[in-house]
Amino acid sequence: MTYTEKTKKKTTRSKSREAFLTIEGVSKVYPTAQGPYTVLKDVNLTVNEGEFICVIGHSGCGKSTLLNMVSGFATPTDGEVRLEGQRIGEPGPDRMVVFQNYALLPWLTAFENVYLAIDSVYPDKPEPEKRAITREHLAMVGLTEAADKKPTQISGGMKQRVSIARALAIRPKVLVLDEPFGALDAITKEELQEELLKIWTDHRCTVLMITHDIDEALFLADKLVMMTNGPAANIGEVMQIPFPRPRDRSQIMEDPEYYNLRNYALDYLFRRFAHDADEE
Amino acid sequence: MTANISKRNSTNSQSAIGAWWKKQSQNILPPLIAVVIFLVVWQLASSIGLVKIPGPTSMVTEQRTRIYLMYPFFDLGGTNKGLFWQTMASLQRVFIGYSLAAIVGIALGILVGTSAMLNKALDPIFQFLRMIPPLAWVPISLAALQQNQPAALFVIFITAIWPILINTAVGVQQIPQDYINVRRVLRLSNQKFFFKILLPSALPYIFTGLRIAIGLAWLAIIAAEIIMSGIVGIGFFIWDAYQNNYISDIILALFYIGAVGLILDKAMGYLQERIVPNDKK
Ligand SMILES: Nc1ncnc2c1ncn2[C@@H]1O[C@H](COP(=O)(O)OP(=O)(O)OP(=O)(O)O)[C@@H](O)[C@H]1O
Ligand SMILES: [Mg+2]
Repeated sequence: MTYTEKTKKKTTRSKSREAFLTIEGVSKVYPTAQGPYTVLKDVNLTVNEGEFICVIGHSGCGKSTLLNMVSGFATPTDGEVRLEGQRIGEPGPDRMVVFQNYALLPWLTAFENVYLAIDSVYPDKPEPEKRAITREHLAMVGLTEAADKKPTQISGGMKQRVSIARALAIRPKVLVLDEPFGALDAITKEELQEELLKIWTDHRCTVLMITHDIDEALFLADKLVMMTNGPAANIGEVMQIPFPRPRDRSQIMEDPEYYNLRNYALDYLFRRFAHDADEE
Repeated sequence: MTANISKRNSTNSQSAIGAWWKKQSQNILPPLIAVVIFLVVWQLASSIGLVKIPGPTSMVTEQRTRIYLMYPFFDLGGTNKGLFWQTMASLQRVFIGYSLAAIVGIALGILVGTSAMLNKALDPIFQFLRMIPPLAWVPISLAALQQNQPAALFVIFITAIWPILINTAVGVQQIPQDYINVRRVLRLSNQKFFFKILLPSALPYIFTGLRIAIGLAWLAIIAAEIIMSGIVGIGFFIWDAYQNNYISDIILALFYIGAVGLILDKAMGYLQERIVPNDKK
């Protein structure tokens, strides 16, 4: 009782100043056999509506853990994550996820995978409309031809396209992507980055995306969130990426600022927060 | 002209058979030779008195057995029926008991698979009951149900249900976390989750259970009928023949039992291949 009152008071009080997405004093502790393990400690971040955020950091520092608390698959041990003033408790279609290994249902076709999402999020829409939305989103990622193929019959890049189409088709407020292009070859990766950017330009949903690729982040993001190493990782710095949109890859790569930012991020990752692996 | 064509056709089909034989002879010849050798050894062993049962030729030389062999479809009322009808009666019992086991087993398996609590509570019991052989269930089910027919069905049921139940439960527990995450983020309704994720995901496991169970069910019915006297069925037929010392009848019945078991297993295997999505990784 007191608890709900407290959160209510908090949300009403801060409503006017509340950012779109707020990560406030978030810590995450996992109980392990060797005792409690603090992955994240006191993480704070605010994200504006429609922003494209990339998160970078060494493996195991807690990037997935952080984004899982936004999507609701993990709950903070301390602190809270709020979307439009509402505390996030569990996963929901307003914070759709593009999973690392696609998470497509292998017994459904590409079309059926996307349709299932629309059908369960908007059950009241008439069927022709739901089918039209499905087709539209498959077309958006260039999969009209492969719509009736099963996930096992298509390439990794195509699977990720289906997964992105499924995520966008339900019009989430926040799109969470966990290393979406990590498993893809360089060319497919660039293609998909460009598609994602184009779709995002049209949709303007808020995007949180984990990546290991600084160039990818510089091409896509408004802000690059750089994390410190775990345990008890935190957000070390948030880098603004000022390139105007719409962005053109070759154009921004000619900008001297691109290399300044790139070197800065590399320096951050490999000098100031060099991975422990070097010492091992 | 016509003669020419038909001649060419016939040579064509001949060469087709030839090609087929070339491909398949590797697979057909070895087991065929093995069977022939087995039958010959058996015949020799029984004719020199090494084994006390008649050889395979007794199927034909023994007049009563020859009648069973030649006329599987006769029906003189009571338990005096051809082997086809005896087998059918057994199969029918298997079908009923097995269907019940499938329905109850899959339903319970899903229930147990979705609830960690229930699984913890019940799994040891299932593992224990699963170890009880079909024959051991016969006296208790006769005592409980008093009549042959329901008791036989119960024995089938109780023998067949465990692999179905346990495999279904495992299949449900094995649903990949990715699919569970899809369910959670999309907030899939229970119905959608059941039909779009749970069932297709658990289906290969369910079919593995069903296939193991059909073999067990067939074994169980024979065992059950041997103990339950006075019913039409291939199991009781064997028992009756044994009481009258008609050994060659028993041997003929064994061929029926083996063949039916094999057919049941292959049929389930075929269904499994057709129904289980083979694009599942
Ligand atoms: N359920 C869990 N129980 C215990 N420890 C966990 C659990 N989940 C994650 N961890 C630990 O928390 C740390 C952060 O994991 P997380 O997956 O968030 O890292 P990450 O930054 O996404 O790494 P990567 O780049 O390799 O994906 C790791 O050290 C991991 O071992
Ligand atoms: Mg991760």
